[in-house]
Amino acid sequence: MKPTAGAGSADAPDGTPVVQVSRLHVRAGASHILRGIDLTVRRGEVVALLGANGSGKSTLVKSVVGVTPPSEGTVQVLGSTLWADRVPWERVGYVPQRVGAGSGVPSTAQEVVASGLLHGRRLWLPRGWRDQVHDALAQVDLADRAHDPCHVLSGGQQQRVLIARALVRRPDLLILDEPVAGVDRPSQEAFAETMRHLVTDGLTVLVVLHELGELAPLVTRAVVLRHGKVVHDGAPPTARGDHDGVGHQHVHPHAAEPRPALPEPGLTEPVVGR
Amino acid sequence: MNELTLMLSDPFMQRALVAALLVGLSAPVVGTYLVQRKLSLLGDGIGHVALTGVALGWLVGSALGLASDDVLAIPGAIVAAVVGSLLIEVVRRRGRTSGDLALAIMFYGGIAGGVLLIGIAGGSSGNLMQYLFGSISTVSETDLVLTVVLSAVVLGVGLGLRAALFAVSHDEEFATASGLPVWVLNAAVAVVAALTVTVAMRVVGLLLVSALMIVPVAVAQQVTHAFGRTMLTASAVGVVVCVTGLSITYWNNVSPGAMIVVLAIAVYVVVSVARPLLTRRPATGDPHPDIPDDVEIGPGATKEACS
Repeated sequence: MKPTAGAGSADAPDGTPVVQVSRLHVRAGASHILRGIDLTVRRGEVVALLGANGSGKSTLVKSVVGVTPPSEGTVQVLGSTLWADRVPWERVGYVPQRVGAGSGVPSTAQEVVASGLLHGRRLWLPRGWRDQVHDALAQVDLADRAHDPCHVLSGGQQQRVLIARALVRRPDLLILDEPVAGVDRPSQEAFAETMRHLVTDGLTVLVVLHELGELAPLVTRAVVLRHGKVVHDGAPPTARGDHDGVGHQHVHPHAAEPRPALPEPGLTEPVVGR
Repeated sequence: MNELTLMLSDPFMQRALVAALLVGLSAPVVGTYLVQRKLSLLGDGIGHVALTGVALGWLVGSALGLASDDVLAIPGAIVAAVVGSLLIEVVRRRGRTSGDLALAIMFYGGIAGGVLLIGIAGGSSGNLMQYLFGSISTVSETDLVLTVVLSAVVLGVGLGLRAALFAVSHDEEFATASGLPVWVLNAAVAVVAALTVTVAMRVVGLLLVSALMIVPVAVAQQVTHAFGRTMLTASAVGVVVCVTGLSITYWNNVSPGAMIVVLAIAVYVVVSVARPLLTRRPATGDPHPDIPDDVEIGPGATKEACS
């Protein structure tokens, strides 16, 4: 019952595959984290990746952005095969899971967002980078905090800085790993509003979520992972982030389930930004 | 005033001052990246490895029957420091848990190897003292040229690539996902750190090199909250303590390296103590007053909690 490429995306606005994952396996030591994933994201789609902790959502996303190499299978992004061709990363925005501890030297929101302007073909900041950074921060409603060091911002604001860092390069494809984990409700609403504008402008989105929440109206398709396999690929669960949602998982501390080598710290964060 | 002109007209002192200026300028630039990556002790590790390089250079020099035994000491230190720093980077990349251990083994191996090799070369560990604690007053013109060239490389890479080096040091995962050449940039930081160690070796000695990279950054962090400004301030502090410390030793017969480091730490202490007095302290309050409350509390709840 493996979904073949394109299955479940009948209502895709455009046929062009932006992300194409086929028969992807990822192993790390003794853990077999992903067990034959097939996933296609077409242009204009907003695909939500749901599943419990340890189901492989983050690993899948990391494979798609070229951080985690596949053990078997292939990943194609914007028509280029990862680890073989040169992928146009300047057209891909990535928002990793927010990590709690900052770096050793404090840096401002402006400095962090500016690093999003660099990519494989550009190691220097382009002319006019300050304006571009300002625009990206304005998109997440943080233009007035550009010169504040990140460590004084709240958890939700830090998350928005990371989203601005992904948006500053004006990507065609946006990949987000739990963008609203541990983010207060107003920040979630602001985030959904930002996403609505971007999706209207034709952005393709692959987003890891715990529950659809505020993003539910935008999501065109949901893919549910369980133990490293795709168990559902199709219409998003209709119930809005409530307990009967397909992808819903109760927020609970990690049980004794075997932990993969790659951590998934989503739930170790505080529920409300500090 | 006459004393000052006397010092500045002394050719030994002129060379020493230029070397101190360059080291004071470049060491904190590299140090800022190291502190950001939480690798403050990397400089120490490289310094220890460089000692083996010094002894190895000495051994090769005496084996070849060169005029002076120590003519190859600095080239030896450069080679060993660069190889050592790349090795540390490879180990850091391979597995996170063993990186700390590998660094420690490199510390001890570097010192032991140095002392062992210098003995085989027919010298004594006393010969290593000038490298361990610096000997800026003996900077020759050749040394100075080397210092200028290496400092130029360090500053060129450290400042020229600062946006990319910041990106990699700040969030390696994001940098990888951006297609940045992460491995090359990491190696660049490691090699530049190694070059800094060998440049600063003359000024403060291998055992104190790391202090010159790290302490000015610690000072800068007290007064600024931006990465770029931290680097700039650290460099300014580095130049001031290096030049001042060296000048003090012109009149007082103490080790320049030790003087410089003690001065840097003194600046750190003064700044940490003075900062609360100097900076206008805003009244402590809610850092996020505009964030609405998430949790709804029933009217009875607060009262209950109080009782």
